[in-house]
Amino acid sequence: MLSCSVLAISACGSGSIADQTRENEKKAADAGNCGDLNMAVNPWVGYEASAYVVGHVAETELGCKVDYKELKEDVSWQGFGTGDVDVVIEDWGHPDLEKKFVEDKGGDGSATDFGPNGNQGIIHWYVPPWLAEAHPDILDYKNLNKYAKQFATSESDGKGQFLGADPSYVQFDEAIVNNLDLNFKVVFSGSEAASIQAFKKAEADKEFLIGYFYEPQGLFAEVPLKAVKLPPYTEGCQDVPAEVACDYPETELKKVVSTSWAESDSSSVDLVKNFTWTNDDQNLVAKYISTDQMDPEEAAKKWVEDNPDKVDAWLKD
Amino acid sequence: MTAVAERPVPVGSSGPPPEKQRFRLPRWTLGLGVLVVWIAIWAVTKGQDTLVLPGREHTDLHDALTGFRDSVLGSRDTNPVIQLTYQLGESFTSAVDWLQRLVSVPDFPRPVPQIGWLGVTALAAWVALAIAGWRTAVLVGLSFLSFGMFGYWSDSMDLLIVTFVAVAASVIIGLPLAVWVGTSKAANTVLSNLLDLMQTMPTFVYLLPIVLFFGIGASAAVVATLVYALPPIIRIAGYGIRSVPETTIEATDAAGQTAVQRLLKVQLPMARKTIVVGLNQTIMAALSMATIASYVDGPGLGKPVLDALVKNNVGNAFVPGMLIVVMAVMLDRTTTAASERSELVARGGGGGATLRRVVLGASALVALVLVYLSRTYGWAAEFPATTWGPWLSERVDSFVGWVTATFGGFTEAVKNVTSDLLLNPMQSLLAESPWWLTGVAILALAWIVGGLRASLSAVVCLAGIWYLDLWHDAMITLNMTLVATLMVMVLALVLGVWMARRRGVDLILRPLLDAGQTIPPFVYLIPVLALFGPTRFTAIVAGIVYAAPAAIKLVADGVKGVSPNTIEASRSTGATTWQEITKVQLPMARGSLVLAANQGLLYVLAMAVIGGMVGAGALGYDVVLGFSRSEEWGKGAAAGLTIVLLGIMIDRITRAAAERSQPTR
Repeated sequence: MLSCSVLAISACGSGSIADQTRENEKKAADAGNCGDLNMAVNPWVGYEASAYVVGHVAETELGCKVDYKELKEDVSWQGFGTGDVDVVIEDWGHPDLEKKFVEDKGGDGSATDFGPNGNQGIIHWYVPPWLAEAHPDILDYKNLNKYAKQFATSESDGKGQFLGADPSYVQFDEAIVNNLDLNFKVVFSGSEAASIQAFKKAEADKEFLIGYFYEPQGLFAEVPLKAVKLPPYTEGCQDVPAEVACDYPETELKKVVSTSWAESDSSSVDLVKNFTWTNDDQNLVAKYISTDQMDPEEAAKKWVEDNPDKVDAWLKD
Repeated sequence: MTAVAERPVPVGSSGPPPEKQRFRLPRWTLGLGVLVVWIAIWAVTKGQDTLVLPGREHTDLHDALTGFRDSVLGSRDTNPVIQLTYQLGESFTSAVDWLQRLVSVPDFPRPVPQIGWLGVTALAAWVALAIAGWRTAVLVGLSFLSFGMFGYWSDSMDLLIVTFVAVAASVIIGLPLAVWVGTSKAANTVLSNLLDLMQTMPTFVYLLPIVLFFGIGASAAVVATLVYALPPIIRIAGYGIRSVPETTIEATDAAGQTAVQRLLKVQLPMARKTIVVGLNQTIMAALSMATIASYVDGPGLGKPVLDALVKNNVGNAFVPGMLIVVMAVMLDRTTTAASERSELVARGGGGGATLRRVVLGASALVALVLVYLSRTYGWAAEFPATTWGPWLSERVDSFVGWVTATFGGFTEAVKNVTSDLLLNPMQSLLAESPWWLTGVAILALAWIVGGLRASLSAVVCLAGIWYLDLWHDAMITLNMTLVATLMVMVLALVLGVWMARRRGVDLILRPLLDAGQTIPPFVYLIPVLALFGPTRFTAIVAGIVYAAPAAIKLVADGVKGVSPNTIEASRSTGATTWQEITKVQLPMARGSLVLAANQGLLYVLAMAVIGGMVGAGALGYDVVLGFSRSEEWGKGAAAGLTIVLLGIMIDRITRAAAERSQPTR
């Protein structure tokens, strides 16, 4: 990952190994009561931004040894009970996983809800910006059938194509298309990479494309997608999957952690509990990582150095 | 998930005896007849009973499977089996961890591993020198240097470690089983079905259960790799033991040997070369799991590949992907050279023993000095940062950008034409026919192509597919598999014949074919997506890249195997080159062609899951869905089993066809 470990950054590649070993031993003796912090890194850039910022603060301010584990959501939650994973820093809501692992939802109690992380998850149907500009009326679902022909592709059997997303996300698009009598067929891109690539291509080549997407996401820095208005979300309108005919709700993203870690005396527990930041904060770090191609460690360091007040607030007991 | 291992041809397995030649309609006319009847009925019944299941819905059976998984998960704190496997997982983790601190990660409080890059490279080259000769030693040394020069030293070492631990476990488990398979017919029959299951079941289906039983990280990576890498060594080594000539065994039995003596003194030594081929295939299979293992936080070169995929960054995925290919080629050539060498030594060759000892002793001293240096000095322990990696990934990025900008319109047209003329009509016939019609039609074709045994397999597999509630998706996947295989065979015929007839072409193409087989598909998915969008065609392209190399090699070897006398005879009658190829070489190599089609189909099917990640939907999407959302695990498992059944059905039909068309040699 990194050619020089953070601990040895000052003396990387020079000086004798024996000197550095002694230095590391001394440092280890001075470290606080943090110990190891196992941070799950779910596979999207925004998540990575949050994880590395918290990890960087834990490492530099509290002397933790942070272990980043690149896992999808399901695997991360399974890891709470086995001590493999301590923290999931951005959760979009997994009722089924809560049923298995959160005590008051009927689970085994290995997972604990640690409250919101300040980010708002926004899900909509989106079109590329050129299309919103060329045909402003497309931003209302009632006019979509007018354009169905233009949305057709080799995959959509003569109907318009609606691009479904990575299977990790909750999606009711098949039902929505059906219940709003839209002349569209849902084609699942199957991965975030495929969806992003499709939106980029549609914007670059001025193609018709409509699909499921979400914020905060680094893509918006490059291609500011425009949301299409669906019948507004009301409490309970998405309870029966087959009958959904409304837009997606805004989700308060939250932190979920391992219960045994939360009950430990590690100094990193309070940091994670206090951690909160905005979509703009996350988008900035995500842009450092994906657009500017910075190493996530470096991107986190830069943001932490630029925002001392926010970081101090997390470190207060 | 992916199958790098080439299945050996089951020679001498209980196939039907060659039929007596009597006059009857040629088989292809019967097949055409079935097709005509099928289309006629499809025209009036299309769209009925197609058993469509929307992408985000599942059935009671799928829920039952999910429920079963949940009950196992719920029992994890008390279940004795899980306790036991977890201990086993811990031992894998600690073995990997120990090796990592030795060569790849800082062994705290040391700022660097116990042995630095210089020492590791020297030791690896010395081992290569000892087992395979100096040419291989140079190759190994250069490969190791390239891991460091491109900035992925630590990840490369991690991948080597996981591969090494998984392959070591494969040998410990696999060799006894191979002996069993090689010496008992019953064991062979039972195990070969189980091995089929292990090789065709998409890894994503069992990744979550593996995490449940063995934990996250190195342990899960080792076990997932093990499941996939074990079959080749059992199959191939077993086949080698089985093929020891009867006469040799009888002759030595006459001397009154025990079964153990027969095994140790006759069967194993005589099968040595085949066993090494099995080991080689096991290593290749293990490497092909590199990226999948990083889905459960397995250490290795798969990590940077997946990272880059999350950021849609082709260049950054390419460099580690290329190093995986370098590693595969290095290990492949080393094991092959070692097996040839051992053969030479066993026959009493291999040059002067004294000289060899002196050379090895002297070079061992040099290696030890370099190890000492790498333990003491920073420059020899930590690879200096170079700009090679970033430079190469930028080049790749701009090249890919140029390709997509230049050919985007053309590729879009290719995709549309293929979809309109081939994919959509065939899919309509397979998936929009009522299920009973498609089922009967497939059975009839299986019977025509492969005879009674093949159609019996087809009945069982089709019934299973129907039972698993994903019929419609299965037909869409089958259709993509057939179209991709068609394209693979066209490529295989053209390039295979060309390679067989021109040695120079062979030399140039082989490394490219090796790369196509071992580069993780995740590396080229982004550019292919940029060219063709999230479509079935993208999935087909990925399938072709992966399957064509195996098919091309098989065709080339088959055509090369045609006896020179026959070709001489045809030349003396004044045949043109075209006639020579179509009238002599291809018909004589018919068995290899059918085998190439068989391998092509299975390799394409192995990419079904990747297809699901790039917009092809169907079974591949169902599997990824099951891996991504816990409430859908059952649907994913059903999809995985359906893929296995499709694979077995295709395999049995094409194999039966191959046995029928085998010219008597």
